[in-house]
Amino acid sequence: MTKRNPDYDFKWCPGCGDFAVVRSIELALADWVNTNSRPIEDTVMVAGIGCSGNLVHLQEGPQPFGIHGIHGRTLPIALGIKSGRPDLNVVVVAGDGDFLSIGGEHIAPAAKRNLDVTCIIMDNGVYGLTKGQASPTTEFGMVTPTTPYGKLDDPVNPLLLYLSYGVKYVVSAISTQPRVLARQIGEAMEYPGFAMVHVQSPCTTYNDTYEALKGNPAKGIDPGAWDVPESHDPSNLASALDIAQQGGIPIGLLYRAQDSIPMHDRLTEARERTKAHQRTVDEMLDTLAI
Amino acid sequence: MSTDLIVRFAGEGGQGQVTAAEGLAEAAARVGYHVQTYATYPSQIKGGPTWAQTRISTEPILHDGDALDVLVVLNREAYEDHISELRDGGVLVYNAEDFELESNGNAIGLAVDELARSTGNPRAANMVVIGAVAALGGMPPDYFEDFITVRFTRGRPNDEQIITANIQALGLGFEEVTKTGFKVADLDDPPEETQPRVVIKGNDALSLGAITAGLDVFVGYPISPATTILVFMEGNLHGEDKAVVQASSEIESISTIIGAGYAGKKAMTSTAGPGFSLMGEGLGFAWMAEIPCVVVDVQRGGPATGLPTKTEQSDLLTCLNPGHGDMRLPVIAPGDVEECFKAGIMALNWAERYQGPVILLTEMQIAERAQDIVRPDPSAWTIENRVVSDGSVGNRRYAGETMSPFPVPGGPGAYVANASEHDEQGDTVHQPHTHLPMTRRRFGKLELLEENDYEADNNGASVAVMPWGGAKGTTRSAYDQLRAAGVDIGWYYTMYLNPLPAALLEELRSKELVIVPELNYLGQFSSWLRQLGVNAESVTQITGLPFKVSDLVSQIGARSGAERLATV
Repeated sequence: MTKRNPDYDFKWCPGCGDFAVVRSIELALADWVNTNSRPIEDTVMVAGIGCSGNLVHLQEGPQPFGIHGIHGRTLPIALGIKSGRPDLNVVVVAGDGDFLSIGGEHIAPAAKRNLDVTCIIMDNGVYGLTKGQASPTTEFGMVTPTTPYGKLDDPVNPLLLYLSYGVKYVVSAISTQPRVLARQIGEAMEYPGFAMVHVQSPCTTYNDTYEALKGNPAKGIDPGAWDVPESHDPSNLASALDIAQQGGIPIGLLYRAQDSIPMHDRLTEARERTKAHQRTVDEMLDTLAI
Repeated sequence: MSTDLIVRFAGEGGQGQVTAAEGLAEAAARVGYHVQTYATYPSQIKGGPTWAQTRISTEPILHDGDALDVLVVLNREAYEDHISELRDGGVLVYNAEDFELESNGNAIGLAVDELARSTGNPRAANMVVIGAVAALGGMPPDYFEDFITVRFTRGRPNDEQIITANIQALGLGFEEVTKTGFKVADLDDPPEETQPRVVIKGNDALSLGAITAGLDVFVGYPISPATTILVFMEGNLHGEDKAVVQASSEIESISTIIGAGYAGKKAMTSTAGPGFSLMGEGLGFAWMAEIPCVVVDVQRGGPATGLPTKTEQSDLLTCLNPGHGDMRLPVIAPGDVEECFKAGIMALNWAERYQGPVILLTEMQIAERAQDIVRPDPSAWTIENRVVSDGSVGNRRYAGETMSPFPVPGGPGAYVANASEHDEQGDTVHQPHTHLPMTRRRFGKLELLEENDYEADNNGASVAVMPWGGAKGTTRSAYDQLRAAGVDIGWYYTMYLNPLPAALLEELRSKELVIVPELNYLGQFSSWLRQLGVNAESVTQITGLPFKVSDLVSQIGARSGAERLATV
């Protein structure tokens, strides 16, 4: 149920990290509209399947376009939109299961193309909408309905995965800081190239990691999340890779490549080269005439 | 004098059979004959049994022909595999440098490579063979000079030398055969050209049709026998706002054209069976969210990897229902090269008209067939564009019982295009009050695609034959023979398989029996017709090769009760 559509019948659980993410996106988009003097309709939200994908229906205020497709395919859908309409601001919203498991095959090609979209990945370390099964980022040994004797697979390190696939812009974020997150999303949208905003967005029902992320001195729990040090140079890939491997959850901008040529610029340049070969259908038929 | 010459070149992959067959066809077409080629080869780059066939005629050609006038074999295996298909009085030409034949009754051994070397250009061996065929068919060698000049004029300093050597090689082959006194035909002069013509392959014609219809975004992943469409598009779909993408899988292909279609663009992908299977979920998405896009399925043989380089018509049922749940996709299946151009246009038109996915179903035998056709006139076609939303209904993109205006991102009417069941705004609502009317709406839109375009002949007969796709030409030949023999049988054909033209369906339902020749095991089109209330039965073949007309004459004859129905 939203203010816009009382019939809409989906709800997130109380305390879900995704509430903060959708508010951050609303703030970032309002800012984008003001800064660029462009209508909200110039933005397309491409949603994955899972709890987080429903974000596209839960946005309040001015509505961007949205597409809520099939499981795992946000990146190729975004590729199609940008191939036809490079002028549009395209934002992918998906969860760790959708993006890193079933959709994992699309990250490398999108990175190699330098697809000019912003991905906001809500990582809760679990398949929420199907009731708590293990996902790629679920910790080793964790008991879930599909890992009743503890998870046997190592968890994926998404930040390391993005960096090693050649993603040009990688920021790690947390849903407990919505104003910071809004700024991080806004900066990612302004970046010319493939940008990942990987957000820790806890699931209060099946995998409540608030305490593990923020710590609890009373229980002697140290915070798992830590700030990327100000001394880190985000243009330094080696340093970014080092941070991604230090354990826990680094929060902040890990990597921002200086040499980013987005897909559309490559296409525009290639078009210059094809100009000499451009022919009408009639001219093509001339070459086949007998 | 004769009207027809059928020549087959057989050997192993890499020996130039396809080049020879296509060269012969192009040369004959240049002087005004009608031509058609067929090629079949193994799924490997070098070696393996390969053959190609050319038919040259003074009449328009329906199929590549059954009985060979000339068989050119380049090794002993090819001789053993194909000699039974040489007609009585036909002539065998073989490469005498490779093997010797015991009996030389109707055979000519040519020292092909030696003759080519004597021209100073050892690569002219194919021209020696073409010269030999020309002599056997009664075509003067000067018919071929124009073709050789065009083919080898490539702006190199030694072009002229190469052209001279090739003309000489052709002459040598011609002389060698003339010396033997053999001749299989004395082709009439080519017909007077009344309309401009082109020689083109099915996949290229289909691609040109799609470009004519305003294709913006093409996406593809290499797969036989659809790859030539991707290659054609990479080379020819240029211009502002046009894009060609090589995807990393067919799942990416379908998702990408859906993204482009959603963004307001005309988008298409091409694939074959295995890739098409991967697209099932995506096609359901396009159907559900009402997004225009076109998928070309160039059929090959078998399930799974199957027969990648052979021809079959076994994807029809999966094209109608490519994924789970209630859907039935529009299918256009061209039956020849000329129709491929038309199908390329109409598939895009349909996608725009009803706002959804359209399947363009073709097959290996048409995809790689080179044929002379009347030059298509791009300006003669109506190009359709989707009705775009002006914002007057706000974000109620899915309002109404049938198709409604399409909001394009960047314009008014922001909504969510949803693969999940939805309400008018595209928000997820999984209730009977959304699922029932939305399902009706999606099926109801198919009515927008009914064309009144089909062939009918002798439609008073109670038994009719109705092929689809690539079985069209062979079946028409068989039909003509049966009619000439006095069999009372009707003919129906359309490339619009779903929805079928309503008037056609009505006629078919009135028949005692509709016989459907098709290249699959299940009898897929006849089962579809039976679902539609037509008493249909298939004549099937699953050799990976096209039908032979003689087989169809006997099988259709037997099923139609030819003896009973024949009138003298």
